[in-house]
This record gives sequence, structure tokens and C-alpha cells, in this order.
Amino acid sequence: MDVKFMTAEATAAERVAIYSVLGPAASGWEGGNHTRADERVARIGRLARERRDELLPALHAVQDAIGWISPGALNYICKRLNVPPAEAYGVATFYALLSVQERPPIVAHVCDDTACRAAGVMSMIDQLVAITGPAGRPNGDSMWLTSPCLGQCEKGSAVFVQTAGGQNRVIAPAAAATVVSALSGETGFAAPALGAPQQGNPDLRLLRRVGVADPADIDSYRRHGGYEALRLAMELGPAAVLREVSDASLRGRGGAAFPAGIKWQGAAAHPSRPKYVVCNADESETGTFKDRVILEGDPFVVIESMTIAGYAIGAEKGYLYIRGEYPVAEALLAGALEQARARDLLGEDILGTGVSFDIEIRRGAGAYICGEETALFNSIEGYRGEPRSKPPFPTDVGLFGKPTVINNVETLANVPLILLGGGLQFAASGTDGSNGTKLFCLSGAVTNPGVYEVPFGTTMEELLDMAGGVSGELRAILMGGAAGRFLPLDRLDVPLTFEHLSEAGGTLGSGAIMVFNKSADMGAAVRRVAAFFRDESCGQCVPCRVGTVRQEEALARMEAGSDEREVLDDLAMVLRDSSICGLGQLAAEAVQSAFEVGVLDT
Amino acid sequence: MFGAGGGTSSYEEMETTDFIVLWGSNARNAHPIFFHHVLQGIHNGARLYAVDPRRSESAQWADVWLGIDVGTDIPLAHAVGREIIRSGLHNREFIERATTGFEEYRMAVEPWTLEAAEEVTGVPAEAIGQLAHEYAKAPRAQLCWTLGITEHHNATDNVLALINLALLTGHVGRYGSGLVPIRGQNNVQGGGDMGALPNKFPGFQDVENPTIRRKFEAAWGSRLPSENGWHLSQMFEAMDKGEMRSLYVIGENPAQSEADSAHAVDVLKRLDFMVVQDIFMTKTAQLADVVLPAAAGWAETEGTVTSSERRVQRVRKALDPPGEARDDSRILLDLARAMGHEWGNPSAEEVWDEVRSLSPMHAGMSYRRLEELGGIQWPCPDEDHPGELFLHSRLWDDPIGGPPAPFSAVVHSPPLDELDEEFPIRLTTGRRLDSFNSGVQSIGYSSPLRSEETLDLAPEDGADLGVEEGERVRIVSRRGVVEAPVRFDRGLRPGLAFMTPHFPDDVDTNVLTSDAWDPKSGTAEFKATAIRVERIRVPSQDADR
Repeated sequence: MDVKFMTAEATAAERVAIYSVLGPAASGWEGGNHTRADERVARIGRLARERRDELLPALHAVQDAIGWISPGALNYICKRLNVPPAEAYGVATFYALLSVQERPPIVAHVCDDTACRAAGVMSMIDQLVAITGPAGRPNGDSMWLTSPCLGQCEKGSAVFVQTAGGQNRVIAPAAAATVVSALSGETGFAAPALGAPQQGNPDLRLLRRVGVADPADIDSYRRHGGYEALRLAMELGPAAVLREVSDASLRGRGGAAFPAGIKWQGAAAHPSRPKYVVCNADESETGTFKDRVILEGDPFVVIESMTIAGYAIGAEKGYLYIRGEYPVAEALLAGALEQARARDLLGEDILGTGVSFDIEIRRGAGAYICGEETALFNSIEGYRGEPRSKPPFPTDVGLFGKPTVINNVETLANVPLILLGGGLQFAASGTDGSNGTKLFCLSGAVTNPGVYEVPFGTTMEELLDMAGGVSGELRAILMGGAAGRFLPLDRLDVPLTFEHLSEAGGTLGSGAIMVFNKSADMGAAVRRVAAFFRDESCGQCVPCRVGTVRQEEALARMEAGSDEREVLDDLAMVLRDSSICGLGQLAAEAVQSAFEVGVLDT
Repeated sequence: MFGAGGGTSSYEEMETTDFIVLWGSNARNAHPIFFHHVLQGIHNGARLYAVDPRRSESAQWADVWLGIDVGTDIPLAHAVGREIIRSGLHNREFIERATTGFEEYRMAVEPWTLEAAEEVTGVPAEAIGQLAHEYAKAPRAQLCWTLGITEHHNATDNVLALINLALLTGHVGRYGSGLVPIRGQNNVQGGGDMGALPNKFPGFQDVENPTIRRKFEAAWGSRLPSENGWHLSQMFEAMDKGEMRSLYVIGENPAQSEADSAHAVDVLKRLDFMVVQDIFMTKTAQLADVVLPAAAGWAETEGTVTSSERRVQRVRKALDPPGEARDDSRILLDLARAMGHEWGNPSAEEVWDEVRSLSPMHAGMSYRRLEELGGIQWPCPDEDHPGELFLHSRLWDDPIGGPPAPFSAVVHSPPLDELDEEFPIRLTTGRRLDSFNSGVQSIGYSSPLRSEETLDLAPEDGADLGVEEGERVRIVSRRGVVEAPVRFDRGLRPGLAFMTPHFPDDVDTNVLTSDAWDPKSGTAEFKATAIRVERIRVPSQDADR
């Protein structure tokens, strides 16, 4: 489309923020001063359009520095990148952490999502309302908003604070008084705990370095076995690496359980160049925080694994897309990338082998849907994070339209184990359909919530025992997050594997396990799930955009005594059968399983 | 070109080529369908250069825009050619085998160094050099132009200067490389193909060639004039001098579309007799002695049209024309009958089959095949021929088929309507996306994009004149005066103004334009008018408020 700019001008401070990402303007046509030279030549076109993927980083820069994105700042970014302001507005308004309305400089996003509810967060939020007034009302220099899951579920409460011109930070657990002091500008909060109760246990595999090695020190990582797998990979050669990963039958840990080896082989075999490796660290599934534990406790393993993937498929560029609500992990990763480059383990000519591979971090801005792989590509490319139709699949047409391997953080963390132990040995562990170990995120009504690593095949009962048992009387278990299913309570003996859980009517999903006891308001929890999907639907396809709203409305009417089961069943069928992506297809799963399992019976 | 009146390339090639030059073309607005193919090409990785005085909507898509001064296309083209030769990037083998006149051309471009061209065109030398190198080095390149090249008093020379560049580099006659004059209507190409030209029979066959003429005389049972007729500008001159006293106008609105329109209307009024055959009661029709209401070419008639890529396509009748409006061909048949010639009542297909029998390039295009193949690109000499995706592959045969393609040692000739102290601003004209020419075909439809006609100026000129955006001003040329509100356009530089002819009832832009015309093609110099802008509201009136 044609580019029609607005007349609004960016302030000096906004320009400075934008320069930090885009550099100064090359000409008057791109927002600089209009000179005589501009009357005769413009060199924009592809030069500017090829920078479209810098749109989101530029929007972040303004949001971080100023606290909101004014029309002038938006217009200026658009001139720099030759993007129509209407389209950039569509991108900016897609994300919860970006605001095109003026906001106070301090904004606290307080989690009121399902896992924290199971842990009793609503009483804290009631107190907060009593002290500061309702969410969304500016109060001097600050305001607070409710937020979907912030991935701090084992702490039972969490707040993500955006401070204009300052650091974004997470405070968890958070009492009402903590939120109030954060809103008043207080910054001296302790970093949140990792949330890995087993840390230090020598039997751990995926979590073996978490809490043991220093996540900010590459030497510490190497002392604990780091980068042995990359060296081995380069001795074996790309074909052998692909074979090991395929032999391992490693299934994806992000929720869809697709075999990683097939992705790697597919992208490696594709004739198009360049190719990309993407790490999906947009961990936004409700009740899921396992990837955060890896990223904060062992960030180098993700970098090493991405490098191995790049080597195996012939990619020279990787992107690590991390949700905006994980500032601790993002800072650790940024430092880890620098150290890896300084040690010749990343960048040009890795370890003198002639192999090149580098990684760029891209920060999400608060959109659950961007965890869907093709939505994530669109987000990196500077478009609204709307999923694409598949096929074509990412291994053929992925990021920037090129063959791409996209793997979840936990999936990648398995790669060094596979190479060092051998693919066939990895395949022999666990069960027939689920190999290796799995991270489970226990939250809500358990004595010791946190991330637990267990071999596939461990039963739910055993896992709950490891976490010290249920606190109070068990009422319900929601597995796999908002997109998951309630587990029938007579099946606590079910082995936790992809195949057994699906047979038992549950789902493994992302590994989230939210435990509710008798004190939980299950109706409110299910309605929160429905509200989550209504809020997070990208709006691209009608069944999801409309269906998620209708589902929430029907549940509200049901709360008031109306019988809505038939409507909800119809909606579930339409959502499942006709939505473009997994978000819509699974948006009725938790609600439907709540009926099936009797969660909503009083 | 090289004997065939059409672009050499197909739309498809715009999507797969490596390099596209839009020279004097705002296709984004004026040829939006064609531009879709350009956009697809850009999407597929083609580089786009735009040569245009304005940084137009099309130029905004370009990787490089060259802001040329109006009417200096030959110096720019020659400098590109000289730079290509100087850098040894010309295709010597192609030039040797398939062209003539290279030495004369080399000498003609020799004075046009990059610096000399910068002096005349205003485009920085290095940008001209960049165009030269990229065009010459591109594996495949399309050179496209429209009225920015042809609406000048030296239109034909401008076109020849561009053709030279394709001959120099071999960017013609190969898949993905070609020369593309984009047509402004769905059937401009078809009009020429069917012989609506003063010097051609259908199929671009020369009127002055006796063998050809005898073929048509035999088929039509009639003697045909042995000399070329007049083109439009010559007709107007003849009417002006009283040498031509009657006029039959079919589907044209010269009272508003001619340059220096006040003069044109005066000429038309002085005719003894004028017939207008049109689907609208145009300004020209209002001057006519007889108006013959015609059916609309699409939806109300059967037949064919031919697009810019030489593709002959079927059009089908879906509606009966309203009132007394009739198919053009029925009107002509009745007219013949009234003149004593019984031509029968042939169907559209029967008329088309006669075209096929006389025009070799259409011979293979039966209605059945047009239907089956979704249109066919000429030439299509027989019913086994699939049509040609692109023209002049013969230049790459060894030895080449047919005559070699000639270089043309054309020379620069600046616009005739010169700038001076009295008329210091260069007005150029063009189209907007949602309107068409004099508005006859587009003004009846509402468009959310359309605004009233404005004089578009550089913001700096507005400041110099002390006018505000939206203020009505008087626009004066050597031929006339109109009034219009001012709109500021960053795409214009100081000294350059822009208007359209879309709303002649409100702002008759062609009152201003020059009727100087190209003797070779008959096109008028709509693109280069000298004007001055005067304030209507004087400062003392401001004070009175």
C-alpha cells in the first residue's frame, strides 16, 4: 500500500530513543531535515523495507524510554522504515505492553490468571483495589492493570512493572503493599527465586546446571559440561547431528509434541537459502514457567543448542524470541551472547572451523499468540502477530519466507544430552512414545510448587508427592495451561506421557499442572480461562474472534443460572473445526473438559 | 517498436524480472492493474528505479528515485548510455549482430557526460551513473514509460532515446527483458491494432505499401487512399485553417482533453458539421450537430479488447444498452447502408474473422481459441501458434531474423513553453488514482479518495508566495487563466507544480497547457507548461476582516 504519513512530529527524547535502534535518519524522506539533495534523489524502497523487522524493537525503545508511543513517535518510526502509520498502529496496538494512549510512567501489570488464582491471588488483588482504586485508572505517576499469566506461577502472585526511562522488572511473590510501593517508584526489590525445588540433585539432566553453575559466566557453564556437545557436533558433521536428533525421537516440548528431528531434516534438505533457527522463548501458556527456569538458570545451553541446530541445517542466523515479561532471562541471555562471541563460540568462524552462526534476541511485547510459531515469525518481521495458514510449514517457508527450524527452549535444551549420550540411548529412555525427561510446572495448591524434572512415565500421584502433596483437599487439576484440559481425578495413576495423558482425557501440553483445592472458585477459574482466550485472540479469523467472546458470555450467563451447555458445545465445535491456529482450536478445551470431568458441579 | 506498435513484454515478466525502470510513469496511480504486477516483481526481489520530476506515489516504491527536470529525458538517457559505453557494460555482440547505427549513437551521446547531464536534468551525476550501471548489469531488465515521456513536443525522440538503452544492453527480445509503453485504457492497444491510426491498416500494415493496400482493396471491394491520413494534431491544424470542415468523433472528448482547450473548443465550433458517437453527453457532444448514442464497450457489446501486453481478450454482452443507445458496429453498418453500401448484418465473430483473414498477426486467434486460452498475445499467425509472450526474440537468432534494430541519434530539445521571469514555475500534469482523464468516465462514480482539483505546490513555493494550504489562487499561463485551491505536496520541489485534467468543469487545466505537438506522433506537450501563481486574496483584505 502507499505510505501516507501523518503530520505529527516526534519529540527530541523520542528521536533519541528511536536512534538507539535505527540510527540517525539518512535523508529528509526518512524523517531527517529536508535538504536540497532530497529534491533530486531518494534512496528508500528496499533499503527501508528490509528493515521492517526493526519496527517492534523501535516501538519497544519508545515505550521503554517514554512510557507510551505518541503519534509523533509512531509517525517518525514509520518515516524511517517506510511503513504506513496505519499499519504500524495496527502492530503497536496488537501488544499489551505497548500503549498508543498516554500512560503514567510507572505501570504495574498484576497477574490475575488461573495459576495465581489457584494459589489465592484474588484476595491480594481485592486489597490492592481497596488501597489504590480499580485497575486501569491513572493515579499520579502510576497505574496498575490486571495481566495474564506472567510465568511466575510457583510464587502464587506476580507483578511486572514497566518504568519509563528505567528498568522493567518482575516482583514475585507480590503482596498488595509491594505493588503499592512499586507504584510509588520503589525499585529495591529482590530478584524472584528460580523456582526449581530439585536444584542440585545429581540425577537431573535438563536441570543439572540450574542453581549449580553461574548463569552469568560462560566458564562456569563450560566447567559443568557446556559446549562439549558443540565440539562433538562439529567433529561428527551436520549429517550425523541430524541423524542423532532424529534417532532420539525428540518430541517438541512447547505443547504440540512434533518430532524435532523431522523439522531439522526438513529444513536441512530444503534448497532455499538463507535458513534460520528460531528459539521460541515466548513462554506465555498459563501456568507454564519451565522455560524461564532454563533461561534464568542455564542460559548458555539454549545458545549452544541453537548453534548446533544452525550448524546442522546450514543456517547462519538465529533469533531468540523471548516474552517481554522475562527481563531477568533477557539480560542473562544478552550477556551470554556477548561472552559466547568473545570466546569464538558464536559469530564468524566458530572455533576456527569456518562455520558462522549468530543469534539476535527479539523481545515480545505481551501477546500470548506470538508463542504460535508462525505468529512469532510475523512478530519478528514487524507485522501483527497473526498466525499464518499452514502449509506451508516453517521448514519450507518460515521466518522471512525462508526454511526455518523453530524449537521451544526445553526442546533445545535436550539437544546436548542427545549428542553426548547418543540419539538411540536417548530414545531408549522414557516410554515408547515419549523419550527422555520432562519438565512439569506445578502451581496452585501444592506444598512445594515449582518446576520438576521427571522421566516420562512418572505418574501424577508420584509427581504430586514429590511436590509435597496437595495442600487442602484436591478439587481439580488443569493440565497444559489455558489451552489444556482438566484431568479426571480418578486417573491420578496415569503415567505422564504424551500418549497416556491423551488416552486418559488429559493433555501433556506445555507441562503446566495447576492444582486447585476445595477453596477454589472453579466457576471463576473457568471463566478466567475463557476471558484469557477472548483477550488473547488475535482477531484474524472469525470463529476465534467471535467464538471466544461468545464462550465467555455464555459462561457468564451460566453463572447467573442459565443452561448454556448446548451453546457452549456448538461453540466448541466451531472453534475446534474452523479456527486458523491452535489458539482458537483449543480455546474451548478447558471449558469442555471442565464439564466432562465435573469441575463445575457444585 | 521496430515495426510493431506495442510493448515487447508480458505482465508476467514484470513479476520475474530483476530490474524495473518506471520512466515518466506514475503507474501506481495511472495504471494500477499494471502496477500490481510491478509490486509482485518488487516482492519477488526486483529493484525499482523511478525517473520522474515528482516523487510520485510510484516513486515512493522505488529503491532509487531520480528527480529529473521536466523535458530533459534525452540528456538523462544519453548520459546513461554514455556511461554504459564508457564503462564497457554495453553488449557488443548484440550491438554488432542485431543493431545498426551504433557509431552515430555513440557520437550523439558523447557530449552527455554525467556532469553535463546533471547540469541540464538536475539529477546528481552519481545517481545517473548508478542507474546506468545497475540497468546494464541486471540479468533481466524492463524499461517502462508512459505519458511523462510521450506528452512532449519531442515524444518520439524521447521514446527512441529509451529504446537506445535497451539496444545498448540487449535488454530486449529476451524473457524478462523488454520495453514497455504502458497503455492507459483497456483497449488503447486494440485501437491501434485495428488500424485506428492515420498510417496503418489493421495489424500495423502500412497504408502506403501498395501490396498491402491491394490486399485490403480486394477484400473490401473498394479503392483505398494511397497516402497516410492526418493524426489528431494535424486534424486540429487543418480544422483551424479551415481545410477540414467536418468531423466524426467516436468515443473522444477533445473539447476537454486537448491541450489549450479554449482554442480547441473554438476550432470545433467553427466546423460546418460534427457528429459525436459516445456513451456520454460529453462537452464535445454538446457542440455536435448530430449525437449518436452508443453502447458501452464492456457489458453491452460483444467483441474483443487488447491489453498493454498485446493480449486479445473476449468481451461479452451482459446487458442491453439503455434507451436508443446502440452497438458501435450497428451504427456504422446503418451508416454504410444509408450511404448505399449493404454490408449485411455480421456478428462480432464474423467481423473478427475478417480481421483474422487480413491481419496476419491475428490469423490464429479464433473465438474458440481466445476462449480456451484466456486470451492470446499477438503475433499469432496460425491456429497452432500459442501467441508470443514477448516480442523480438528474432534479434537473438543467429543470424537475426528480419531487419536489424536501429539506434537513433536523437538530440535534446527543451520544452517549448519556456520558463522566464513572468512564468517562472513549471506546471506538469498527470492523473490521480480514482479519476480518469477529463473525468467523463470517472466523475459519475463517487470515490472516498477524490478531492476537488488543486494546484499542487512545493511547501517552499507556498511560503514564498505567502499562500496557505487550501487558499484559492490564480494560475496563469501564456494561454489562459484558471483558479484553484493550493495543496502542498512534499513530492514536488520548488519551481515544480502539478495539476490534473480530471475536473474540467471546475478547473479547466487544459486552458493552461501548450498545444505544441510532436510532428512524428502528434502528441501534445501536456507535461511542460510555464505558469505563474497569483494570490487572489490581497493582504489589505485580510486586514479588513
